This record gives sequence, structure tokens and C-alpha cells, in this order.
Amino acid sequence: MKIQTPTRAPRRPSTAPELLFGDLWDYDPAPETADPKLKARYDLFIGGEFVPPAGGKYFESVNPATEAKLAELALGGPDDVDRACRAAAAAFPAWSALPGRERGKYLYRIARLLQDRAREFAVAETLDNGKPIRETRDFDVPTCAAHFFYHAGWADKLEYVAPGRRMEPLGVVGQVIPWNFPLLMLSWKIAPALCLGNCVVIKPASNTSITALKLAEIFQDAGLPPGVVNVVSGPGSTGGALMAHPAVAKIAFTGSTEVGKVIMRSVAGSDKKMTMELGGKAANIVFDDAPLDQAVEGIVNGIFFNQGQVCCAGSRLLVHEPVARTVVSKLKARLRVLRVGDPMDKNTDVGAIVSRAQLDTIRGYLKAGVDEGAEMWQPPCRLPKKGFFMPPTIFTGVTQSHRIAREEIFGPVLSILTFRTVDEAIEKANNTEYGLSAGVWTDKGSRILRMSTELKAGVVWANTYNKFDPASPFGGYKESGFGREGGRHGLLDYGRLVEEGRP
Amino acid sequence: MPAGTPQKALSRLLGEIGSVDAVGVEERVAKYAARSIKTASKVQGLKLAVSMVDLTTLEGKDTEEKVASLCRKALRPSDDPEVPQVAAVCIYPSMVRYARKHLGRSPVRVASVATAFPSGQTPFRTRLAEVKAALADGADEIDMVINRGAFLAGEFGRAQDEIAAVAEACGRATLKVILEVSELETYDAIRAASFLAMRVVRPGDFIKTSTGKTSLNATLGNNQVMIEAIRDFYLSTGVAVGMKPAGGIRSAKQALQFLVAVKETLGDAWLTNRRYRFGASSLLNDLIRQLQKQKTGAYQAPYYFSENSDSY
Repeated sequence: MKIQTPTRAPRRPSTAPELLFGDLWDYDPAPETADPKLKARYDLFIGGEFVPPAGGKYFESVNPATEAKLAELALGGPDDVDRACRAAAAAFPAWSALPGRERGKYLYRIARLLQDRAREFAVAETLDNGKPIRETRDFDVPTCAAHFFYHAGWADKLEYVAPGRRMEPLGVVGQVIPWNFPLLMLSWKIAPALCLGNCVVIKPASNTSITALKLAEIFQDAGLPPGVVNVVSGPGSTGGALMAHPAVAKIAFTGSTEVGKVIMRSVAGSDKKMTMELGGKAANIVFDDAPLDQAVEGIVNGIFFNQGQVCCAGSRLLVHEPVARTVVSKLKARLRVLRVGDPMDKNTDVGAIVSRAQLDTIRGYLKAGVDEGAEMWQPPCRLPKKGFFMPPTIFTGVTQSHRIAREEIFGPVLSILTFRTVDEAIEKANNTEYGLSAGVWTDKGSRILRMSTELKAGVVWANTYNKFDPASPFGGYKESGFGREGGRHGLLDYGRLVEEGRP
Repeated sequence: MPAGTPQKALSRLLGEIGSVDAVGVEERVAKYAARSIKTASKVQGLKLAVSMVDLTTLEGKDTEEKVASLCRKALRPSDDPEVPQVAAVCIYPSMVRYARKHLGRSPVRVASVATAFPSGQTPFRTRLAEVKAALADGADEIDMVINRGAFLAGEFGRAQDEIAAVAEACGRATLKVILEVSELETYDAIRAASFLAMRVVRPGDFIKTSTGKTSLNATLGNNQVMIEAIRDFYLSTGVAVGMKPAGGIRSAKQALQFLVAVKETLGDAWLTNRRYRFGASSLLNDLIRQLQKQKTGAYQAPYYFSENSDSY
């Protein structure tokens, strides 16, 4: 059958046609104006009250988009950790003895109060972290509330987690969370712990502690019994003290593989239960039969979401050779219309990097990529004069031995490699010390099933990327950690299963 | 030549031009709806949208006076002189002579639906004769419907040959090819039909979503699939085809979202009524209402602007 009918006009252009992404019709600034209601100084939240740190010292939290000071935070130390752990241990007997449905009520209340103040929290998160308001408004805050809702729903159904057995809480749980999703990581940690009747001491990242302490206000408003959740802000060493504290029965850590290993060493020989959610270097694999425009959108969501500061970011793009050139050119066209800049502007797609230190790390990797022979490309964009900004960056001509293909960069940097066969794609994808996530783009269902079996990754997304749901367990293989968060699997990591009829 | 099964014809063509994932398309267009268009850029966008409107009346009860009134509205959409004229009036072939008379030599163009709009279910020679008659009466633009029956039966060659013949008949007139997306149903089929049409039309011709006579018309999703097809075709051949979403775009807010899609997918070169149109009737009054709001800071009472396109 004839599909292509010959046409009159000559169809070969004299020069390569190009698209023009200029400023013929530019968007005016559209700043979010809600009041984040920040306090000038945040104390520690211990035993249901805001208390000054034992050492009496405070440190500054800055807005990475403007480098302006946002608030002073209490510098908690080992003494404060000890005080918080005692408060948690004191609260544990009564809290764990509550019927599940009563604990569920508190979780529902927290979720609803957060929804009530969603805009305020979204603005606070954006100011503190630098991520665009579009993401905090549409993703961070709603997903955080969703985790509390989801686990509230589990609280009165715990006898159905495993047939013939019941779930017992572990006691005091020590948790350390990173700066990339301050509120969301906190909800991943706190909600399942409370659902099962554990009490919590949590240390937020020093860069981004404000929303955790704002959420402590919500714990107060929700009437959560004193000591059930305690928030201790401070440097990394304070987190170390928390992990090693003898009262802590379980530790949950999300952060770099490097720090995870230090923590594991420090608690070796103890009977603490552990879950670790560490780094990643995910492969996002695009086959030649994939819907390419949607794959490009998935690549963008995979690596430029949250400025690429995502442990499961699709930082390695593996493209099938027949479509490699097309995918790269489509990707470049897409990146030309990504808007980098003021995170408070509702039209910003890529905001600020969390800190100068992280920006320097990313710049170091850009240099390494160029030095090692890969080709770097960035779309033309005007960056704000102040603040820590980095344009979206892609590297082509990358090989498995390059540092930018092996190490977790934690920034908006994509390394592009090619492959010829399915086996080669699997081999390259698995050729990493990490195993947190992967993406597969193809029209062929059977290939998706095979890839999801053979890819050594905790999450495999098919024809989508970076999708999160409280009901779906999340966690890694190999040096990306162990234990799962979310879903029924996540619950199992916060309790022990006891046979019915036994104490 | 054996036509093969419809599915084979479609998958063969998709193998060549690439397929579409519906979930991914919806996700992409949701980001357009989240764009916040304020102050000066809003005014500019609204005026741009006015200049892209194909002001339409397609009713059995159309009369010369109705068309005359529509033409006057097209020439002077508002008492505010800053509001531009619309791109065209869009009418049935029997009304072309009246529209020509009332629009005269003004830049507002006369567009006529033809080819047994909206179903296209008459013999091809009848449809072609209708095109010629509309042109003879003074139409500047022809909005044809594709043969969806042939397309769905897998007879792509036939569907495409008909488009080619109409394009040939159009001469210096602009052709807009209506895919009637609601009858094609899938994004894959919409992309395939877009390519079938683009391969035989001339530079400056358009592809168009729908007739406005079925349940589902222009959406951001099918607009996206079609403008991505236009972009891919342009990048591979250098031939720039225009786009016209039609039906279902009633509010200024919607129109701005479509323009955001154009800006971020096709770029600046398509932000003109030579390459992008809105097939709409009630949209125009909402655009003017929003322009007034930007100017005065207040919404006018509802009776200042008619919601009903019948009363233009």
C-alpha cells in the first residue's frame, strides 16, 4: 500500500530547519506570595515542647536562592539527643498501648492540619531548600500528607498485615533524613513508625530543618502526646550520636552511601534494627520502539526533577543506538524551554541547588566529565546573579569508565550512553555499585517484564519515571541500601511479627 | 494493492513515524495548565489569541444577516481599538458569497468548511465540487474533513489521495485538514493521520483537530500530539504546517494554555495566525472580557458580553 504520495514542492530544505525558542511572548514573573510564617529562631522539639539546646548555640539556615538568612536553628548535640531519647522512651509505654485506631486518629489529624496549611508549608519548603514552588505545591506537601493518610489507614488494620501474627512496635526509633525532600522524607519515616506505636527521635538535615520544626507545631496542634515525636536539629555528628544511642531500638537513615557505611560501622555488634536508603545511579533505558516524546519527558522528569538532587534520579540515560541521535536532539529542544531561576516563581521548572558546597561538588563533576573526554551541553539560560544555580546539563559520548557514569552526582547532570541489544542494556544498567531504581521505555510489554526481572534495582519504572505512592514500597539493592519504605513492606521494617497467643 | 488489516496499516506507519504514549502526553500537557500567565504577558497572549480566532458559525439556520453580523464582529470585535481583528470567519459553502461581500478586501479571511462537512460521507466528486464552488464564491481558506471511514478501514492511500486532490484544487487558497480526532480515538491514530495529511499538503496549510460537531473536540492532549507531529515533520522536511484546534475552547484561560503549548513545543515561529488558529465562536467574547479586566481591574457585568455565539 502506498503511504507516501509524491508531492509538488521540493521537500529538501536548503538549511537544516530549526525551532526558535525566543522571547516573542515571554512569561512575566508570577511569584507565589503566601506567608511562610517563619519564626526568627527555632528551638529543639523535645517532650512536646520547644526547648533551647543544652549548649545554648544556634546556627543559621539560609535560602539557597538568595543566600539570605531565613532563621536561626538550635544546634543540638549529644546531650540533647539523650534528652530526646529519654522523652521518647518515657512516652513509649502509653503510646504503644493505645489501640491502633486511636493512633490512627492522630495521624489523620496531622495529615489534615498539613493540608490546611499546605501553601504555607510549600513556601517554607521552597525558601529553605531552593526547589521550585511548583514542586513543593504539587508534589512535596501533598505527598507528605498522603503518607500520613495512608498510614493512618493502616493503624486499625495491623492484625491483617500478616495472617495469624500480630505486629509489635520496636520502641524508640532514631531517624536521620537528608535535605533533598525535607518534609517528604520526614513523613516516610515518621508515619509508619507512629502507626505501629513506636516513638521517634528525628534529626533533619542541617541545611533544611525548618519545615520539620514547623511540622512540630502541627504535632502540638494535633495534640500528639509529648515525647512521641522529638525533633533535634544540628550537624551530622548529632545524627551520629542519635544512631549510636543505647535507647534507640531501630535506626532509619536516608542519605549518602558514604555516611550510611559510617553509621553501620558505628552500630556494628548492637542489636539495633536498621533500614538504609542510600545513593543511586539509575539507568533510564530507552528502546527504539519507545514513544520518544514521552520518553524525553520522562528523561527530563527523571534527572531534572528537584534539580537532580534525588537518590533515584535517572542520571544515566541508556539509549538504543538507532534512536540515539533523535532522542538527544529532542531532549535538547525540550531543555531549551525548561525555566531555570527563582524557585518562588510559579513558572520555574528548575530551582536552586541546596548549598554552595553541593554546587561546588556538581561543578567538580562537570569538570571531570569534560576532562575525561565526554561532551558537555547546556541550554542557553540566564541564571540569577545571587544564589546557587546550575543549568540543566547533559553529557554525550560517555562511557562506563567515566566518573560521571559511575558516581552519584546529585545534581542536574545527565550522562548519555548507548547500547545495541537488550542484553547489553541490562549489562550496562547493572554495571554499578548502586541499585535503587531504573526506567524502561518500550512499547513491548514482554520486554518490560524481562527488564524488571533482570535489572537489579528496587524500583523499575516502565514508560514513566519518578512516580511515588505511599502504597508502593521504595528501597534499594546492593550499596543503595536495604529495607523498604511505603506499603506493607515498609510497615514490616518498623515492627516485629509475633505469633498469635504468644506474649 | 491489498490494503491489509487496519491495524497493520497503522502499525506500519507508526513504525516509521513513532508511536505515542497516552499517559505521557497527559503528563506533559498538565504542565501547560500549571503555567501562570500574568500582567503584560497575559494581555499580549489574549490579543494574540484574538488575532488567531476563526470566528465560526456552522448551523442549519445560518442566514445572510447572521453571517453579515458575524463579519462585522470579526472586523471590529470590541469597541476598544486595541483589540485586533480576528483571523477569519468560518462558515458553510452556501454562505461564502455573503461573507465575501461583507468582508470585502479586509485582511479578515473567508474560510469555508467543505467536503460534505462534518461527516464527509458523499461521493468524492461531490466533495471536490463543493470545494471548487466555495473557492469560486471567494473563499480564501478551505476546511476539509478527512475520510475517516477509509482511514479506519486501513485504506490510508485512499484517505491521503483525497487530501492531495483537495490540496490541488485549492490552488492559492489555504487548506485546513480536519482529522476529526474524536472518531480516530487514539493518540497513535491522531499522529498517523497528521502525517498522512502533512505529507500531501503545501507549506502554510493547516491540520485541524475537529469539526466541533462531535462529543469530543480540541483538548490539550490531542493538540500536543498534533503539534509534536508538526514539529517532527518540520524538522525532517523543512515544511512548516499550521495547526488549528477547534471546538471546546470556550475560555480565555484555555486559549492561553494552548498558546503555552505552542510556545514550548513549536517555538516563536508558530505564535502567529499564519500558523496557529482557534476554531471557536464563544471564545472571542471571553478573550475580550479578560482584556477588559486587565485594563480596568474589574470584571464587567455578565450582560456586557454575550456567552451565546448566536447573538454576534
